[in-house]
Amino acid sequence: MERGTGLSAEKKRPIGRGGAARTLATPSSKPPPQSDPVSTSRMSARQSRSLRLIMLPLLIVALWQLAAEFQLYNTVLLPPPERVATAAWSLLLSGELIRHLVDSLRRIAVANLVAFVTAVPLGILMGRYRPFEDFMDGFLNIIRPIPPLAWIPLAILWFGLGEKSVVFITLISAFFALLINTIAGVRSVDKSLPRAALTLGASQRDVIRDIIVPATLPHIFTGLRIALGVSWMSIVAAELIAASSGLGYMISYYREVLRSDLILVGMLSIGLIGFAMDRGLVWLEGRLLPWRTRLEM
Amino acid sequence: MTPKLEISAVTKDYAPLRGGLAVRALDNVAFSVSEGEFVSLLGPSGCGKSTLLMLIAGFERTSRGHISVDGREVTAPGADRGLVFQDYALFPWKSLIENVMYGPLKRGLPRRTCEEIARRYIDLVGISGFENHYPHQLSGGMRQRCALARSVANDPAVLLMDEPLAAIDALTRNTLQEEILRVCDARDGRPRKTVIYVTHSIDEAVFLSDRIVLMSPRPGRVFDIIDVDLPSPRTDATRQHPEFHALTKRIWESLKIYAKPE
Repeated sequence: MERGTGLSAEKKRPIGRGGAARTLATPSSKPPPQSDPVSTSRMSARQSRSLRLIMLPLLIVALWQLAAEFQLYNTVLLPPPERVATAAWSLLLSGELIRHLVDSLRRIAVANLVAFVTAVPLGILMGRYRPFEDFMDGFLNIIRPIPPLAWIPLAILWFGLGEKSVVFITLISAFFALLINTIAGVRSVDKSLPRAALTLGASQRDVIRDIIVPATLPHIFTGLRIALGVSWMSIVAAELIAASSGLGYMISYYREVLRSDLILVGMLSIGLIGFAMDRGLVWLEGRLLPWRTRLEM
Repeated sequence: MTPKLEISAVTKDYAPLRGGLAVRALDNVAFSVSEGEFVSLLGPSGCGKSTLLMLIAGFERTSRGHISVDGREVTAPGADRGLVFQDYALFPWKSLIENVMYGPLKRGLPRRTCEEIARRYIDLVGISGFENHYPHQLSGGMRQRCALARSVANDPAVLLMDEPLAAIDALTRNTLQEEILRVCDARDGRPRKTVIYVTHSIDEAVFLSDRIVLMSPRPGRVFDIIDVDLPSPRTDATRQHPEFHALTKRIWESLKIYAKPE
């Protein structure tokens, strides 16, 4: 539950080292600079890392194309990369891909926003007040094992086919990811910190706002990354059944007309967008929580 | 004159865990501390010295007996009892100056005043120049200096210190002992700080204290209170003073029966 993928740990280490180097810095009244003097060598390290990252995908695409050229498999079932690229280009030009993408993204944004404003406060209260957690726990632990997809029939009954049902399904999965990480975050706050605040004159409310929330932010970020990940999983399934737009709908539509190239375009779009969103969050976390490097050292 | 801090017949029991017996952490502990006094609580682990400190801080309630500061009974944590932790407990997302400003801000002082106070105390503990660094960028010694500044800047009636130097390397520790005394001295028209200092180091207790409360374990009891008549200010020379050696020897003699392996 600590994090969705190993990516963040790798990503963080160089920042952590930068922090350690700055510990030895001479005193200055200015905040320590973001980049350190060795940034040139770090830059090339980053470039070679990007190169390694992209090597395997390129290799796979090359082998795939070759296999198709030499008719090693049935290209109706798996069109060559070249055809997928052409299909992607035409979908882009017609605006269809963008339209489906925007619909899916909008649903994910709404679902995660609602999940965020409900799960984070609830998680903070549950993590902070044991009796409240006991009160909520029985109910939530029965709801949690139910896969979001099992809610689809009920969601359609309640909200009908369309936007609301899809948002509801996505919301359920994002909600629990955020809730569990927030509770874990509150639990892991060093017990001395609220105590220190109390002996400095803080009220119980101050402790929540000044101590618990900022100390839990790294876990909330992790929760958000996981929530976005599971959002894509459930939104596609929800759109397959309960919507007439979105990337999930697009994939299922082109299955019916047997256009495997366009199915692949939909799948790869999800992969790329999901990856970009996760990187974006990691970047944002680094910017918003520079002190967090401590935890990685 | 009422004592600054009064501990009268304090007993603390912990509820039994799963069918075991209740644990008595403190048994009928009583002593008082007057304004400006530096009192150490010294004893082997399990003697309840940290428990007593937590009771004074107000994080836990006594099972019997009372604790009062300036005649008011302790019922909850408050800014009149500052606490310095062994693990510093600096807020990692705040820079040093923001850490030190936290208490004054909570008292409702204007931001500019808080900043002035914070700068003055950061300077006093010798870490000026690092105001805008984050705690993780500093050594343990510097973090503890900052934590000390944060507590003292808030001008508590009583300053509680829970083994603040236990995690500090030995060379830095001696310097920091003198620093603690200097920082707690009278200044700006305010009297010398009243300090309750928990430690398990005999040398440290003798070097710092006006009085030492010796405690024995299971249940925690006060078995002796020792006056330390060493000249002030305490300096490196203090550590060579015959009285210093006499006292450390005497305290060791009375504590060593608890140092046996069990």
